[in-house]
Amino acid sequence: MRAPAESATRAKSPQWKVSRPVVQTDALTKTYKMGDMQVRALRGITLNIEQGEFVAVMGQSGSGKSTFMNLVGCLDKPSAGHYLLDGEDVSRLSRNDLAGVRGRQLGFVFQGFNLLPRTSALENVELPMLYQGVKGKERQRRAAKALERVGLGDRLDHTPAQLSGGQQQRVAIARALVNEPRLVLADEPTGNLDSRTSIEVMAIFQELAAQGLTVMLVTHEPDIAQHAMRVVTFRDGLVQRDERVAKPLIAREELTRIDSERPEDAPLDVSAGSAP
Amino acid sequence: MNIFASLRTALRALRKNMLRSLLAMLGIVIAVAAVVATVAIGEGAKQQVADQMASLGANLLMVMPGSISSKGVATGAGATQNLTRADGAAIEKEVTSAAQVAPLNRSNGQVIYGDSNWYTTIQGTTAAFLEIRQWQIAQGEMFGREEDAAGAKVCVLGQTVVDKLFGDSNPIGVQIRVKHVPCKVVGVLAAKGQGSWGQDQDDVVLMPWTTLVHRINGSAADTVQQLMVSARGPDLVDATQKDIESLLKQRHHIAEEGEPDFMVRNLAEMQNAANAQATTLSVLLASVALISLLVGSIGIANVMLVSVTERTREIGIRMAVGGRGRDVLLQFLTEAVVLAVVGGIIGLALGVGLARWMAAQQGWPAVISTTVMGATLVLAGAAGVIAGFYPALRASRLDPIEALRFE
Repeated sequence: MRAPAESATRAKSPQWKVSRPVVQTDALTKTYKMGDMQVRALRGITLNIEQGEFVAVMGQSGSGKSTFMNLVGCLDKPSAGHYLLDGEDVSRLSRNDLAGVRGRQLGFVFQGFNLLPRTSALENVELPMLYQGVKGKERQRRAAKALERVGLGDRLDHTPAQLSGGQQQRVAIARALVNEPRLVLADEPTGNLDSRTSIEVMAIFQELAAQGLTVMLVTHEPDIAQHAMRVVTFRDGLVQRDERVAKPLIAREELTRIDSERPEDAPLDVSAGSAP
Repeated sequence: MNIFASLRTALRALRKNMLRSLLAMLGIVIAVAAVVATVAIGEGAKQQVADQMASLGANLLMVMPGSISSKGVATGAGATQNLTRADGAAIEKEVTSAAQVAPLNRSNGQVIYGDSNWYTTIQGTTAAFLEIRQWQIAQGEMFGREEDAAGAKVCVLGQTVVDKLFGDSNPIGVQIRVKHVPCKVVGVLAAKGQGSWGQDQDDVVLMPWTTLVHRINGSAADTVQQLMVSARGPDLVDATQKDIESLLKQRHHIAEEGEPDFMVRNLAEMQNAANAQATTLSVLLASVALISLLVGSIGIANVMLVSVTERTREIGIRMAVGGRGRDVLLQFLTEAVVLAVVGGIIGLALGVGLARWMAAQQGWPAVISTTVMGATLVLAGAAGVIAGFYPALRASRLDPIEALRFE
C-alpha cells in the first residue's frame, strides 16, 4: 500500500486530524459469470485515493481497469470486498441508493462525451440537478456557472452537434461538476480528441485537482497519464504498479509551448478554460 | 424528479420527434373522435325522439281496439269495432287521473275550395284533442262540444291544407267542401312541422267527430278508431293506464285476468322502444370506437418500445448522472400519457367538429356532452398508462453500464 497523499493537499482539509480518503477499497473483487466460466475481473483491489488527488488508472484491455472504474463509479456492485466512498460503505447499497450516490457524490466524463443529442449545453448540464430536485431557476444559474467554469459561458444554447469535440467534452465536464461531487471519474476522456484538445482537457482536470477536487482518470495513453500525480497500473485484475509521477506534465505549459511553435493552430485566447 | 420536470422532459422529447409523435397519437385521435362523434349523434337521435314524442302531446295514452279470438281464431289488432264513445265518456268520468279524453276517427278524402283541391287526412275528434296534443289555434277558433253534439258542418284546417287551398287569402268563415259535404272553416291550426316518422303533421283537417262519422262517412255506429287520453301528470301515466284497462275490461265484460279486446299504449313505451334502437346503435358504434382506442394504445406501446431501444444510451446517461429506476419509469410513462392525452384532446376537437358537421349536413341533431368528453379523455389517458407501462418498465430496468455502451 502506498503512502498517503502529499501533505500539501491534506493541509486544505479543515480537520486537524488526517482526513479520510475519498475512495477506500478493501479487497474489492468482481467475478462475472459467462456461461459456465467464471471471469475474475478484479481479484482483490485495496486502494486509497485522497481528497485532491489526480490519479490515472492504466492497463491493457481486460486488465480490470474498466471494472474498477464501474465499481468506484457506483454503476456496479462488487462480488466481495468493501468500498468506502467518502467514509461511507456503498458496496452493499441497492440500485436506487447507488443512483442517489452517483447523483450527489460522483461526476462522470466519458470517452464518447455522452451528451443528450439535440439538447442545449445548458440543459445537458442541468440534467444531474433534475434528479436532485433542484428548482428550475437555480438549476439554470448553476448550469450556466459550471459552463463558465470550463470556458463555455458563451455557448449555453449550442447543441452538441454545434460544438467541437473538445467543447463537447467540456460540456460533459461541466455536467460532472455541477452537483459539486466528491469524485470525478473520467473514462478515456481524451480517446476521441486530437492531441492539442486532449491537453486542454488535461489542463482543466489539473486545475480542478488544484482546487481540491478528486479526479480518477482511466486511460491507456501513457503521455496522458503523465498529467496525473499518481499512476495506478492494473494487470489481470490486480494492481501491478502504484507510483507517484515524479514530474507531472503541466498541461498549461505544454499549450503555451505548442502555440509558440505553431502559432497558426493557436486559439485566439489561451487563458484558462476559455473556448477556442 | 417531480411530475412537472418529467412533464417538461416528456414534452421536449416528443417535440424532438414531432412526426413520430403525431403518427403515434393518430390511432388515439381517430378513436376519440369516433367515440365523441358517435355518442353525440346517438344522444342527438334520442333527443330528437324525445322532442317528437313531446310534440305528440304530454302524458299521452292511446286506447285502440284490440284483437279478439272467436272460436279459437284470433283476429289482428284493430280488427274489432268494440271501442265506443261511451267508453271514452266512461274513462273521462271514472278514471280520476285522466285529464282529457278525445275520440279520434281518421278518414282520407278530397277537400275542395274554388278551383283548388287537396287530398288529405280528415280527423274527427273533439275540442279536447287540441289540449291533449298541445296544439294551438293560430287563427279563428276550435269547434266546441255543441258543434260535436249537433254534428255541425264546421272544420279546422292544418297549415298545409290552408296553403294548398287558399294560398295567401284568409280562409276563416269560408265554405269548403270535405268529401262533397260543405263545411265552414272556423279555425286554422298553428304549424307543427314534421312528425316522428317524417309525415307532415300540418296536412290535416279537423272536424267534430259526429260530423265526420255520421254525416260524411254516413255511419250510424258509435265505434271509435282510437281514444286519446292525457294523464294528469307524467308520474300518473302508468296508474291511468291501469285504471283504463280495468274499467274497459269491466265495461267489455272481460274478467280482470282475461285477455283484453283493446290496447292501451303510452308514449313512454314508444319512446323507450325508439331509444332502445338508438342505444343499440350507440353501443355498437362505441364498441367499435373502443376497439380503435385499444388499437391506438397498441400503436403508442409500439412507438414507446422503439423509442426506449433507440434511446438506450440516453437512459444510460440519465442513470449515470443520478437518475433512479423510477425517474426513468416516470419519464417514459409520462411521454406515453402525454401522447395519449394530447391525441385525446385533438380527437375531442375533431369529434366535436365532425358531429357538428354531420349535424349540419344531414340534419341530424348532435348532443355534445361534457361528461362523455371528460370520460373519453380519462379513458385515453388510461390507455396511455397501459400502453406506456411495459416500455417504461423495461427502460427503468436497464443496466446503466450496458446502456452507456449501447451504440
